[in-house]
Parts: sequence; C-alpha cells; structure tokens
Amino acid sequence: MSTAIADIHETPAESHVNYLNATYGIKSWLLTLDHKRIGLLYLGTITVMFLIGGVAAVLMRLNLIEPTGALVEPDTYNKLFSIHGIIMVFFFLVPSIPATLGNFLIPIMIGARDVAFPRLNLMSWYVFVTGCFFALYAVAAGGVDTGWTFYPPFSSSYSHTHVVAMALGIFIAGFSSILTGLNFIVTIHKMRAPGMTWFRLPLFIWAMYATSLIFVLGTPVIAVTLLLLGAERLLHVGIFDPAIGGDPLLFQHLFWFYSHPAVYIMILPGMGIISELITAFSRKKIFGYSFVAFSSLAIAIISFVVWGHHMFVTGQSIYAGLVFSVLSFVVAIPSAVKVFNWTATLYKGSISYEAPMLYALGFIGLFTLGGLTGLFLASLATDVHLNGTYFIVAHFHYIMVGGAIMAYMGGLHYWWPKITGRMYPDLWARFAALVIFVGFNLTFFPQFVLGYLGMPRRYGVYPEEFQVLNVLSSAGASILAIGYVIPLVYFFWSWNYGPPAGPNPWGATGLEWTTSSPPPTENFEHSVIVTEDAYNYPTADVTSE
Amino acid sequence: MMGLSQFGWYGTKAAASSLALMIPMQPPAASTIAGEIDQLYYLLTGITLFFTVLIFSIIFYFMVKYRRRSKDEKPPDVHSPLVLELAWTVIPSLICVVIFVWSSILYIRSSHPPAASTEIFVIGKQWMWHLQHPEGPREINELHVPVGVPVKLTMTSQDVIHGFYVPAFRLKKDVLPGRYTSLWFEASEVGTYHLFCTEFCGTNHSEMLGWVYVMSPEDYAIWLSGGEKSEPMAQQGEQIFNHYTCGYCHVADGTGRGPSLVGVFGKPEKLASGESKVVDEDLIRQALLQPNSVPVAGYAPIMPTFQGQLTEEQILQLIAYVKSLGVQERASTR
Amino acid sequence: MSETAVNEIAHHPNPTGFAHQFEDIDQQHEAGRLGMWIFLATEILFFGGMFTSYTIYRALHLPSFVIGSHLLEVQFGATNTVVLICSSLTMALAIRSAQVGKSKSSIIFYLVLTMILGALFLGLKLRFEWYHDYVEHIVPGFGFVYRPEWGSAAPGVQMFMCFYFFMTGLHALHMIVGLGILGVLVGMAARGRFTSQYYVPLEISGLYWHFVDIVWIFLFPLLYLIGGRYSAGG
Repeated sequence: MSTAIADIHETPAESHVNYLNATYGIKSWLLTLDHKRIGLLYLGTITVMFLIGGVAAVLMRLNLIEPTGALVEPDTYNKLFSIHGIIMVFFFLVPSIPATLGNFLIPIMIGARDVAFPRLNLMSWYVFVTGCFFALYAVAAGGVDTGWTFYPPFSSSYSHTHVVAMALGIFIAGFSSILTGLNFIVTIHKMRAPGMTWFRLPLFIWAMYATSLIFVLGTPVIAVTLLLLGAERLLHVGIFDPAIGGDPLLFQHLFWFYSHPAVYIMILPGMGIISELITAFSRKKIFGYSFVAFSSLAIAIISFVVWGHHMFVTGQSIYAGLVFSVLSFVVAIPSAVKVFNWTATLYKGSISYEAPMLYALGFIGLFTLGGLTGLFLASLATDVHLNGTYFIVAHFHYIMVGGAIMAYMGGLHYWWPKITGRMYPDLWARFAALVIFVGFNLTFFPQFVLGYLGMPRRYGVYPEEFQVLNVLSSAGASILAIGYVIPLVYFFWSWNYGPPAGPNPWGATGLEWTTSSPPPTENFEHSVIVTEDAYNYPTADVTSE
Repeated sequence: MMGLSQFGWYGTKAAASSLALMIPMQPPAASTIAGEIDQLYYLLTGITLFFTVLIFSIIFYFMVKYRRRSKDEKPPDVHSPLVLELAWTVIPSLICVVIFVWSSILYIRSSHPPAASTEIFVIGKQWMWHLQHPEGPREINELHVPVGVPVKLTMTSQDVIHGFYVPAFRLKKDVLPGRYTSLWFEASEVGTYHLFCTEFCGTNHSEMLGWVYVMSPEDYAIWLSGGEKSEPMAQQGEQIFNHYTCGYCHVADGTGRGPSLVGVFGKPEKLASGESKVVDEDLIRQALLQPNSVPVAGYAPIMPTFQGQLTEEQILQLIAYVKSLGVQERASTR
Repeated sequence: MSETAVNEIAHHPNPTGFAHQFEDIDQQHEAGRLGMWIFLATEILFFGGMFTSYTIYRALHLPSFVIGSHLLEVQFGATNTVVLICSSLTMALAIRSAQVGKSKSSIIFYLVLTMILGALFLGLKLRFEWYHDYVEHIVPGFGFVYRPEWGSAAPGVQMFMCFYFFMTGLHALHMIVGLGILGVLVGMAARGRFTSQYYVPLEISGLYWHFVDIVWIFLFPLLYLIGGRYSAGG
C-alpha cells in the first residue's frame, strides 16, 4: 500500500458518489440516518446558537465601556449575561464537538458504517432543536435574568422573567446529550472494526468515550434539578424555599453536581482533537499514548467529586471545603500530564504550521494558563477572595474559549476537507487564527487583573477605577468577534468554490484518511481490518517502501 | 507564522506589564490576613507564569528547531521513558500539595474568629445592606469598624442570596435567607474600602455597594457614642421578649413550661430526639420560627411559632438578648 | 496508515430487523443490551437526584415527614407493591415463553397480563390515592391546606407531599412509557417476530420494566413506612 501523500488536486468531489450527493432534497436531510449528515445538521444548529450567544456578549462588552453602563438598563444587562451564559454553555459548548465532529468521525475512526443507533441519533438532533426553540422562545419573549446558574430563591420566587420556558429548553436539550452519549458508548464498545483494539484507538475516541460517560451520568441530575426548580416556580411549593424549611443550597449542590462535570464535557473532546492535530502536524506518534488515554478517563471520573469548589463561600463546613479543595487539585494533574505529553510529542518531530496546527499550539498555551489559574480557585484561601469576581470569568473563558473553542476551530479546519471534499484558503485561515489569538488574550487577560482588584462579576456598572481594564477587554472583544467572522466567510465560500481535496491532504494516519473526501455513505468502500497502532507514522529508522 | 503569534503574546504581556505600572494590580491590603493571601497569590502567579512561559518557550523552540524542511521528511523514532511521565506527574502533585497545605492553613484560620471578637450583624436585602452594632447604632451601606480589633459579622438575608465582599480584606461570604453565615476579620489599616455584593441578586445587584470605614479605636468610640441615640440590641431584644410574654414559659429558674434561657448561649442543649446541639444564632432562629423541629428534652413541644411576626432585625435583637442573659446573671451575682 | 482488507467479511443470513450498520445480528443484540443498561444507569442518576434531596430533607425534618407519611394510604401502596412484583413475574414469564419457544399466544398472554397489572397499579394510584389526596387538600400547588394539628410542622408536611407527588409522579410516567413499550411488544409478538433465537426486544424491555419495579420497591418503604404505624399510640 502506498504511503505517498495524496496530491491536493486529486479527484474532484462531484465525480464520485459520496454521502453529500448520494441523495438530494430536504427530506433526505431531515430524515437522514447517516451520522455524517446528522453531524452537519448539528453544525448548522449550533453555529446559529453561537452567533446569538455571541451577539449577547458583544452587547455586554459594549455596555461595559462606561462605568455607568453605556448601552443598556440594569435589567437588560442582567438578561444579556444570562442569555449569553445559557446559550453558550448548554446550546453551544456542550454539544459542539461531540455532536458535530463526534457524530461525523467516531464511526469512521473505528472502522464502522454508522453509530449503533442511527434513528436515536436523528431523534437526538430533533430533541436538541426542540430545546433550542424553547430557549429562543424564552429569549424572544423577554429573556431570563437569573444567570446561567439559576440560583433560588431569586430564580424561583423573585425573578419576573421566563425562567420556566428556558429551564424547559435546557431540560429538553439535556436529553439530546444523554442519548448522544449513550449512542457513542455503545458504538465504541461494540462496533470497532476487527483489529481495532482499545489501545489502537485514536485518542479522540478515548476523549469522546470519557465525555460520553459524563453525558450519561451527569446530565440526568441537572434534568431533575431543573424540574424541581420549575415546579417550585410554577406551583410555589418551595423545595428550595427557606420559609417552608427548604434549602437554597441544596439547589446549588444538585446544580453543580452536573455543571462541574459539564465543564469537562466541554474540554475533553477538545483535548482529543489536540492529540490528533499535534500528531498529524508533527508527523509523529503521540508521546505517552496510555497516559493520555487514561488521563481522559481519570478526568471524567474525578470530575464528579469536585463540585463543592463552586461553593467555598456559601458557608459550608470547613471539612467539606478541605475535601473538595484537595480533590480539585487532584483533577488538575491529568490535565497537566496531557499538556506535557503534547509538548513532548513535538520533540524531534517534523512540524508544519497550517491553520489546524496554529489552533492546536494556541490551545496548549492558553489551556495551560487557564488551567493553572484554576489552582488559584482550588486553593481555599485565594478562592475566598476571587470567587464571584472577574477572575473566575477570565479563568473559565481561557479554558472554554482559549481552550475548547480553539480546539473546535482546529478540528473544523483539520477535518473540513474530509467533511466537504473542499479546501479553504490557508492564508486566510492562519490570519484568522492569529486574529482570534490576539483578540482573545486582549479580551480576557485584563479580566484576571480586574478580578484580583475586586470587581465582581455580573456587574453592568462598576466603580470608575476599573474602567481602563474594561475598555481594554471590550477592545479585545471586538477583535475576537472579527476573528470569528472570517472563518464563517471562507468556510461558506469553500463549500462551493474551494479547491477539491483528496482523501488525505495532510498526510495523516487514521482510518478517516483512508477513505475518500467526502466519504461514501457507508464510510468505506471495503470492510476495514486494522493491523497497526494509532499514529503509526513512518520514522527515519524504518526503510521506506 | 506562529512566530508572529508568539510575538503577539509577548507583546500583549509587555503592554499589560507597562499598564500595570499605571494600574494597580491588587486592592489595598487592609486586614491582617490580606497580606498573607497576597503572598499565596504571588506564589500561584509565579507558578502560573513559570509553567506558561516554560511550555510556550519549549513549544516555540521545538517549532523552530523541528520545522518541516522537506515534504517527505521522516522524523526519528522517539521513545517515551516512564520516568519522564512519572516526573511530570509527581512534581506537579507536590506543588499542588504545598499550595493546598498553605492555603488550607490560611482558610482554617480565617474561619475561626477569636473569642473576644466585636460582633456586628448584617442583613442583606435587595438592594442594600443593613448593619447593626450591638451597642445600638444602625448603618445602611456603611460599616464603621475599629482598626486592630477582631470583628465578627453575623449575616442573614431577607430575600435572596447575596454576597458580602470587601476586596481590601480579601474576604467574602455568601449571605443566605433562612440562616446565618459569619465572617471575621481584623482590620489593619485605617481607611475607606469598597463593599460589594458578590452573589447575583437581581436588578440592582451592581449597585448594592457600600463602604467600610476603618477607624482608630478612639475615633470609633466617638462615632459609636455620637449620632442618633439608639438602644443596644440586647435591650431592644428584651423589649420584644416582654412584649410577647416569652418569660411566661421561659422562666429564669427553669420551673416554667419552657427551658430557662439563662446562660444557654454557646452551650450544648439536649433535644428531645436525644441529640445535642450547641445553642447558636441558627438554633435560636429555628426555635423562633419552627419551634417543634427542635424541642428540648423534658419539655412538651407546645411553643408557638413566630414565623411572619418577627423581622430579621427583631430576631437578631432577641438573639442578642439571649446572649446577654448568662452574662447579666454572672454580673449580678458578683 | 492502516491497511484495509481486499476480501469482504462474509455475512451469514440474518433475520428481518437486522440493521445494516452492524456486522451481524449478534453484534446488534449486544449493542441493544448494552444500550439498555446504560439507559438504566442514566435513570438511576435521574431518580437519584430526587432520592438524595428527599433523604436530606427527611433527615432535617423528620417529625414533619412522619406526619406526612401517615397521611398516605399505605394499604394501597402495599397492594400496588404486590401488583408490581407480580407484573415483573409475568414479564419474566413472557420472556421465558419466548426463550423456550412456546407459541406466540403464550408470549402475548403474559405480556397482556403484565400490562393489566401495570394499568391496575396506575388505576389504583390515580383513583384511590391521588384523587383522594386532592379531595383532602393535601396536593401541593392544588389547594394545599395546612391542618391545625400539624402545628409548626405544617410547612414540612407540604414539603413531604411535594416529594411524594414528584417521586411517584415521575415513577408513574415511567410506568406509562413502559405500558406503551409493552403494547409495541404485543404487536411484534402477534406478528410472530419472536423465536427462541430472537427475543432481544423482550429482554431489554424486561430490563426496563424490572427497573421501574425496583424504583417502586425503594419508593414504597421510603415514603409510606416512616415512623411506624402500628406501634402503641401510632
């Protein structure tokens, strides 16, 4: 078998039958059972949600240019940050990589024809879209102003906004997560091609497996929590109402029991992508495969026992604080192990700097910084000062935007030729990566300083002494916004006008690169049998064929 | 190309550092624990910068040194020694242990107020702070405290969850409805410092601001005795106690239908269920609002509830009165 | 890069209902079973959130919860427990009928019996428990009235009833879905779909039904049997 790198100007996509042109018409898309088409359906949906959440962010940052609030009234500002958080967390980040790239790639990467339950997969998308409709209805009807955390008693008894509609949207979308996770777990367990043992799996699959564990075990708890909150709000029965013996902190425990593992849902798939990108663009196998694989599982498991670090200042007992603090330090270690392994993979590699690699390298740096700032928050004494301030905002944006979204962009750019059979303009892609990197740091680094200075989060107006840093942050946000618009434009352009891509434009290993771009509906022309480890790049020690 | 991004990163950091000379990087340190928390913060910042710069530098170095020079280039085989994996698992773990221990010591210390603390009571409500000194003076959105004296704040909310945050002290605590949380500090610098609400609480959350005035002991004494004449909390509590004829059941010598309240504060009390609970602010509050959930052993559960009849302020005044009972007795028998 | 084999994997003949994404019918069955077990795990977490909250409040408000528990009609709760256990037996018998290759009417008989018992459970609950509670004004959010004999424990009693309706309501919802699944199985059995080689849908639906039964077996003592009923003065 030739290991020659496929010429980028190979067979145009239209000349062979693939999953995109096998059937036509809107029904063939809305009733598809093909995991690849379902992945694209999700891609469209979450991109729309991302834009809506992004608009909310732009309006927030514009308002914060002036200490007295430049743009909106307090109630409106409160709704903006709530909508931004809810949409970005529940309707963009949680589904993003799993539902788009996960759906598209998992069967192909393991050598299967589809996921285990294709009809369930399609239903998951419809369930997700239904959740989006309820959420957008809530936004259009006036929004919610509780923050994405919905703490009672404010959310249950005081807020005059559409809490129930929004909670219903999140509740419904949660089932989409559960079913997707279930589908992925069964697929990975049962449908690997002959020879594809667990330790030959691409690390993206390990990451998706760990993520699916969290989907399946964590999401039901937020579902029940939102149900209880909705009942309290509608029926005034007061499970979290102190006046009748209820406990608002119980809500926080239940909420964070899901929402902390949820942040690992948001980062683990990105870490899986980085493993793929680093190996492909340094043409080397990953340094420490087992360590990276097991660290994904470790993160998923430990993530379930650290939720209390969101509640250090609620008056919980000192002992609870100590336990959650130590466990929060423990959960940081596997992430550190990954960062070191990725860096070591570059050693003596053959490195190229196309856009996906730029995103991957940016991820490693920004995730390192963001992750280390997590230590400030796992540490009890400093968390007392920093909790509820802009330091927290900066910390999680470094991980979710500097980390997860950059990984997502890197993955989109890497697998775009496989998904569409087209290439995008590389120079524009690298430029956009640079703009995003600069804009991102300018937006969020000042927020670390603001946090330590004491500026609380969720403030639409603030004392004058915080203005310079806020203006810097808003300036960065405008640059970041431009950085996100550029790929939107060239991706759309490339769909119709991009030069055709061959089966393996990057010269990478992995089953997805052995099939055509775009792949046929059944994924592979022939049945797959695997005989090699993952990332089995030729090395200088082996004589080439 | 990536070099340009690296330049961007360093450039941003340089700009931030030069801005830092113009902008303060931390709030004033005005409590005894603030300085120590700042030190821990510097250590964490140092570790963060060290590892970030380390990783960035190594990546940059590898990117340049191992950039692809020819299209069909094959890199050499690299083995991954186990000792390296162990090293970069163990070393970060040890660093985490150090941080955890140091931080926990500070945290435990900041959770145990000294016995002789001045007590001040805080009620948070949408969207203002009520502060009540036991000697009588009340404040709204302002807190006057003496420097060099430990102060314990006992706090509750009248509606939703709020958060009491003084950045200069490096301390905060959530303020919850239905229960009391507490925070203690010893102010170390005279001055005026921000007070923020730090748990989202509705429309004017951003404007639920206040000021903390740390004064010299002399100035504080003057302030305390000046202004509007108001009664000490314990005295107001006694008036409420008499108004509701609580003494009818809670006879001082213990012969009434309810337990005596003399000297009970701060000591364990045996409940009908057999368990023992320390009589603190929370227990008294519970006894007032849901009396039959904490019946005392040996007494019938017939205490009526005062839910809806007492404001949070009045509850605090009653608590102050009960606290004073043992003290008064001891004082009068001397 | 991995190699791909030139020769195809031979497919042995598969019964109708074989889904093309699988290699063979055994893989499909294993996937179905694993899928159902994972789904049950999610259900455990779903109910688990409720059970945890209930346990915490019971510990904090035991006297109120005792009063609340005594308001429930324990005779119907107990009867329903027996009804559900019997329905699990009939479900297992339906699966066994398929396993040993009995006629489809045997399978259908046991499935229908299971459905009748499930419907009986729901009927008893709705008519003699929930409707009765509504008339007595102890349904939170629907005209709940504090009774003077509860004293200051009244809010806690309302809390208990909240949990009662939530937990049994959620359980009943799962029962209704279960009845729907059983209906589908009856249809499949009537069309002769099940043989001694192929009865996986029965098996995995049985898992679901048993799970719903087990949830009730936890619910009944937790809700109905607090604080003893037949002790002196109880």
